[in-house]
Amino acid sequence: MNPFHYSKPDTVQAAVDLSSPVSRFIAGGTNLLDLMKENLTRPEHLIDITGLPLADLSETPSGGVMIGALVSNADLAWHPWIQRRYPLLSQAILAGASPQLRNMASTGGNLLQRTRCYYFYDANVPCNKRRPGSGCPARDGLNRMHAIFGASDQCVATHPSDMCVALAALEAVVHVVGRGGARTIEFADFHRLPGDAPERDNQLADDELITAIELPAAGFAEHSHYLKIRDRASYAFALVSVAAALELDGPVIRQARLALGGVAHKPWRDRAVESWLSGQTVSRETFTAAADALLQSAEPLEHNGFKVRLARRAVVRALSDAALVGGQA
Amino acid sequence: MNASSKSIGQPLDRVDGLLKITGQARYAGEYPEDGLLHGSVVSGSIARGRVRRIDASRALTLPGVVTVIDHTNRPRIASDDEPYQDADAAEGSPFRPLYNDQVLYSGQPLALVIAENLELARYAGSLIEIEYEAQDHQTDLAILQNEAHPAPAELPKPRGNFQGEYASSALSVDVSYSTPIEHHNPMEPHASTVLYQPDGSLHIHDKTQGTQNCQAYVQKVFGLEKDQVRVFAAYVGGAFGSGLRPQYQLPLAVMAALALKRSVRVSLTRQQMFTFGYRPRTLQRVQLGAAANGRLLAVAHTAIGQTSRFEDFTEHVVEWSGMLYHCDNVELTYKLVPLDVYTPLDMRAPGAALGLIGLECAMDELACALAIDPIQLRLLNYAERNENEGKPYSSKELRECYAQGARRFGWDKRNPEPRSMREGRQLVGWGMAGGVWEAMQQKASARASLDANGQLTVSSATTDIGTGTYTVMTQIAAQASGISLENVTFILGDSSLPTAPLQGGSFTVSSVGTAVQQACEALNEKLLAVARQTCPAFAGATLEQVTFADGQLRLGEACVSLAELAQKSGETPLQVQVTAEPEEKRQAYATATHSAVFVEVLVDEDLGTVKVNRVVSAIAAGRVINPKTARSQILGGVVWGVGMALHEETLTDHALGRHMNHSLAEYHVPVNADIGDIDVVFVDEHDEIVNALGSKGVGEIGIVGVAAAVANAIYHATGKRVRDFPITLDKLL
Repeated sequence: MNPFHYSKPDTVQAAVDLSSPVSRFIAGGTNLLDLMKENLTRPEHLIDITGLPLADLSETPSGGVMIGALVSNADLAWHPWIQRRYPLLSQAILAGASPQLRNMASTGGNLLQRTRCYYFYDANVPCNKRRPGSGCPARDGLNRMHAIFGASDQCVATHPSDMCVALAALEAVVHVVGRGGARTIEFADFHRLPGDAPERDNQLADDELITAIELPAAGFAEHSHYLKIRDRASYAFALVSVAAALELDGPVIRQARLALGGVAHKPWRDRAVESWLSGQTVSRETFTAAADALLQSAEPLEHNGFKVRLARRAVVRALSDAALVGGQA
Repeated sequence: MNASSKSIGQPLDRVDGLLKITGQARYAGEYPEDGLLHGSVVSGSIARGRVRRIDASRALTLPGVVTVIDHTNRPRIASDDEPYQDADAAEGSPFRPLYNDQVLYSGQPLALVIAENLELARYAGSLIEIEYEAQDHQTDLAILQNEAHPAPAELPKPRGNFQGEYASSALSVDVSYSTPIEHHNPMEPHASTVLYQPDGSLHIHDKTQGTQNCQAYVQKVFGLEKDQVRVFAAYVGGAFGSGLRPQYQLPLAVMAALALKRSVRVSLTRQQMFTFGYRPRTLQRVQLGAAANGRLLAVAHTAIGQTSRFEDFTEHVVEWSGMLYHCDNVELTYKLVPLDVYTPLDMRAPGAALGLIGLECAMDELACALAIDPIQLRLLNYAERNENEGKPYSSKELRECYAQGARRFGWDKRNPEPRSMREGRQLVGWGMAGGVWEAMQQKASARASLDANGQLTVSSATTDIGTGTYTVMTQIAAQASGISLENVTFILGDSSLPTAPLQGGSFTVSSVGTAVQQACEALNEKLLAVARQTCPAFAGATLEQVTFADGQLRLGEACVSLAELAQKSGETPLQVQVTAEPEEKRQAYATATHSAVFVEVLVDEDLGTVKVNRVVSAIAAGRVINPKTARSQILGGVVWGVGMALHEETLTDHALGRHMNHSLAEYHVPVNADIGDIDVVFVDEHDEIVNALGSKGVGEIGIVGVAAAVANAIYHATGKRVRDFPITLDKLL
């Protein structure tokens, strides 16, 4: 870890004003400190945002929930509003990390987790995400954990978050503040695919700070399910995860949301499949057809072909379980 | 003589438990010292080649950085192999850190930064630039398996006619298994704190399983006198074999201390815990031929293991296949492939944990082919003698392990048909396997010392790697001396104490425990001699007549406190030292521990996820000194066995020649949520041959056979044989 300057501002504006291309905001530090200890990122200035007034949940005028960026993952997962109205989000958070990490990690920080690709995590080997232009040994190397959707020649990494998969399915909105003022980013646009700039995980500018995540009113509390499949029962990143949410009218699907984790550089959604599902009747055949359609565009690497098979089955399982919640279907 | 207090067999809490849970037990990297310097190791990134240049200039400009040591400026170290050949050395030319410009494996230590604090040392290390001249490397065992050479190990000679009998067997299986590299990953990373004494001698706190091994190594490698080096290891936070050999942080810390005449600590990072010894990858082939009635007619087991280019690491992988079952026609083969990697190292039940995967999975496959219950097949082929050695066992209650384990598990309710049992979406599988490990004893010394207050102190240079050595030795000493537990202290972890072997192989209780017992008995003889001279009531007393109990010597109504005898002896404290050796009568016998492991798995039919729901491990290991610490040993072994079956694997990128999942986030060991109910059964096993304690040691046997039992249960659940370990869910889809 390199030496760094440390500041702890009191206001969002002060934090944003302090930021620069060589600074990083730090909240829980559950990923940033690891990255610094491994010399994978070397900020010269840490701006501690834990003193900012961003640790509350509130209801929005449109009936949704505004989650302050500093609400801890644990507090969010166990919050009665979230448990009751957005159980999908609660399940996804609790499927990630460990209780200790969830106690430290912030909502905003969760969005900014960096990939767990082995090559990214070893400063002694090439990695385009870490050192642009140095190469991607994962593409022909140990890529069992890697992407089957949306990868590029430069990068085959996946996004590690569980929470973000649920937020994608729920169509959350990210509120940010930068020197140029405040703006909102649709969740689907927040993270980016690697393309030819894999060093950029998301659309945030250097001076922009996440202040809140807004959940729309629709929480799919009746029919949602988060399914995570991993190499051990806890404290492992997803091989495949599925956030499934349905709005049902009897056996008929009125609206469907489906986001996958562990398969791409960002939470993976397929709007065509979602719209196809609406109007269909809940059945194993329907869900299998949706899974087949979703997986059609998968491009597996040498060691992760199983993810296509696994994702197909996981989608069917998650949709089936979502439909069953509340006793329907 | 008899000593009436029965401390052996009590489930005594760890005598060091309070110190450990309150943080008072100091580990090697925790000894404070004014002016202590901190070292950070700079690790190499290529698998083979040479160092062209190391540029430390940026590091050296930082205030507080004291020096950077590499092969060009290190202190003098030995130039022959012999001084580096420690008590657990493999055959060959041991690794010498910072010796020259040669790069032998990826992750090799190439420089050591010394600074005033750890953070600065690590940062400075990150600024060091190394230029390499890389050469082609090979780290993939599978690629070079056809170039394997015979391992320099003494294998049992082939017996009978394997080829002929195998060819004419009514039924046969011919199956291959592979097991991955695994790293020990004890909770405490390796560290050495070298305290530079005013007279120039070194007091070293090291993470090790052998203080005297490290003492001798440092003394020889650096050309020091014996009294200039003293090595301590009061507490060790797990080791599992990783501390059997001196690891490179030790000579690096010593180099810096000698060069600077200062006290120095070098601690390895978790990532660097993947840059030395490990359990080697193996490729195994097992061929079993049987008669239609299930009698084994032919057994062959071949294992190919990886090793480094500088040492031939060997372990006992295939011997067990000539030993666990009765068979007249046996052929065992063991080969090595040198690669551009570090030398492997013993890891919990070295060899057996691997070989029993092959043998016990193959036995399950044979049982299925024969349509015989797996326990029945094992009973049909039960070995009454160790046929490798042609000797009877000193004791062997494996039948009882099968019987009691099966009863506790409910094995009789098993439907043998694969995929026949389920709970909702979960396929239920029941599998079993047997285990075996040698019960060894080595020469060891101990000193017993009784002070004028009746406090007994017993000491030996062994270690306690978390197994409970402090506790069980205290129990043995209390029972042998007739002094109550609270008045007995056991001291270990200091190279200046009476000689003890490395702590490994499950032979510490057998070796050091015997020495402790004998030292206490010798002390009793001395106390009786004092009593004869000073107490008229004991004038003509013999050892057979008297009793040592509750801190007293008794004869009929007469009694005298041992404290008083110590006072009267004129020696303070009253002291004896003994050296215990294996008894002659062992020679005629084979000695071993055995186990039977029963496992229930739940496998998700669609998703392939495996949950080990229930394990029963029935162990025959002679007399159990402390059921609580012994059970903990077995629990740990079972958990690790589950990890071997399902999770653990060091992933090597062969293009880079480098281990890539070098963290506990990505190197998966089981977490609590992976582990279901574990039921440990110790079956009664009476043994008067193995040693006077009748105790065989339980450190290794708990892991042996577990991975095979899990794999066999997965087959029973799914109908799929996965022979490439670990059995991750992708292999079950």
